[in-house]
Amino acid sequence: MTLPSDPFWFYAVASALLFALSLRGFVLSPHAAARILSLNVMGSAIFLFFGAVSRRNWDRFPDPVPQAIVITGIVVAVSSTAVALALARRLASRRGGETG
Amino acid sequence: MWLPAAVLIPAAGGVLGLFAQGKWRRRVGAAAASASLLTAWIVASSAWCQGPARYRMAGWGAPLGIDLRLDGLAAAFLLLTATVAAMTAVFAWSAERGPTETVPGNFWPLFQFLWAALNGLFLSGDLFNLYVQLELMTLSAIGLIGLSHQRAAIEGALNYLTAALLGSFAYLLGVGLTYSAHGVLDLGMLSHRISASGSSWLMLSLLSVGLLLKTAVFPLHFWLPEAHAKAISPVSALLSGLVVKASFYILMRLWLEVFFGSVSLQTGSLLGALGSAAILWGSVQAIRQRRLKPMIAYSTVSQLGYLFLALPAATAAGAGPGAWEWKAEAWNGAALFALSHGLAKASLFLSAGALISSVGSDEIARVHGLARNLRGFAVAFGVAGINLVGLPPSGGFLGKWLLLGALLRSGQWIWALPALAGTLMTAIYIFKVLERTFLSEEAIDPGAGETRPVPRGMEIAALVLAVISVLLGILPAELLEILRRDSPFGMGGAE
Repeated sequence: MTLPSDPFWFYAVASALLFALSLRGFVLSPHAAARILSLNVMGSAIFLFFGAVSRRNWDRFPDPVPQAIVITGIVVAVSSTAVALALARRLASRRGGETG
Repeated sequence: MWLPAAVLIPAAGGVLGLFAQGKWRRRVGAAAASASLLTAWIVASSAWCQGPARYRMAGWGAPLGIDLRLDGLAAAFLLLTATVAAMTAVFAWSAERGPTETVPGNFWPLFQFLWAALNGLFLSGDLFNLYVQLELMTLSAIGLIGLSHQRAAIEGALNYLTAALLGSFAYLLGVGLTYSAHGVLDLGMLSHRISASGSSWLMLSLLSVGLLLKTAVFPLHFWLPEAHAKAISPVSALLSGLVVKASFYILMRLWLEVFFGSVSLQTGSLLGALGSAAILWGSVQAIRQRRLKPMIAYSTVSQLGYLFLALPAATAAGAGPGAWEWKAEAWNGAALFALSHGLAKASLFLSAGALISSVGSDEIARVHGLARNLRGFAVAFGVAGINLVGLPPSGGFLGKWLLLGALLRSGQWIWALPALAGTLMTAIYIFKVLERTFLSEEAIDPGAGETRPVPRGMEIAALVLAVISVLLGILPAELLEILRRDSPFGMGGAE
């Protein structure tokens, strides 16, 4: 077990809270755009968790593998968000301006 | 063997297709499809001739770099992808611009990217690389669904994207936990380090929830019927035939190879129970449908449940050569069933596309007596339907036979019951369509409209896929041998 003062705990708990909050937002939002935003924040929470995971050698050097994973994940999240927003926009234009 | 070719050639074809305009899109797309088919054949046959292979991307090697690995299962799925994609390309090439379904020029680049992503997924040997390939595959599939511009298709695409993203998040969390605990992401190295522990189970369950969402297993199947039924028919064929198999492929690898040290009969039975629920629920819903494409989509939900029946058999207690026998049989059965289902389901969707192109709708009531006018549709649907029900001598029969044999020999006979019930219910909805097509004397509404002639390419594509799925049951020897040779149970013990 790591010490409570280990920065790992701070980032891990923060990511869990962020994930829970965004999940609540996703489940309860009536609007498509708000749901997409919640999904985005969920992704960011997971990336924050990867930041915590990079504690493997934190007193010697930063672990590059989780950094690479986060960068790739951000690219994927941006693309997915763009596609989701484009789809939601097309749906909204078909319903005459309502989203959700 | 230069494995990245299987990913680069389709991707290059997709990029070239983006630059083409007008009628050149179709031609560049067809040329790219031919090149991808050839590449896939060369790469897959090297697994047969030269045995399993590993390719170290950029020369780094695991654990720092990402390895591609080719073995029997990967080669089999590469060939499945190539066959279904090639026949879908033939279908799309010959599709006329009909009233309900057109094949827009944007189909071709997206189709190539989907093919590249699928090949990359089957060849990947790294846990995070699998995530990347899953995302590439999902985004290409979303683009393909959204081609149809109908509101129902866009809604289906958005629901699919949401479900897929949730699944990806769960999978990514699992990857994070796995890396945090073991420090490597390479599948081969992980399989040596995973042992039975609570944290291993948490990793596997997170990864599995993500993949179950993508494989549309009950109760996480809600997105599939809409997405698959509302897309244009060639896209439906690709989705039901290939995309859902990809996440099952990863599940199979994770459960039976990487995390095999930490799974138990209880956990395997949990997935078996979900699979059984999928079989029964999907079949009931398929019987209730009035239109052909939603019926075929629910049939996909049902048939995917069969694949999970392999897990109680493979995780049942037992060691020694006798147990490895039935575990290898479960592995082979699941793989063969997945392959033959992919071919048969794609054939069904392409036949439905031919039907829509001819009569303008896929209402089951409209197929009365169509065997006279649309012979290609009728024969293709019939042969693919036989494969789906599992009548001998088809590949579906052989897959079910191996699965049932493994279940009975491992003592998990209870899972055979939903399998048999599902077969009966599959027969109900398949024969319902076949009876009306072949045996009705005249159309139920003679003035409803004539049948336009269907372009030959569409019927040929559907028929070829159906015939190959039957051939899998008649000539499976080499395939089964290569699957068994490279399975984790093949050599009579864990590696």
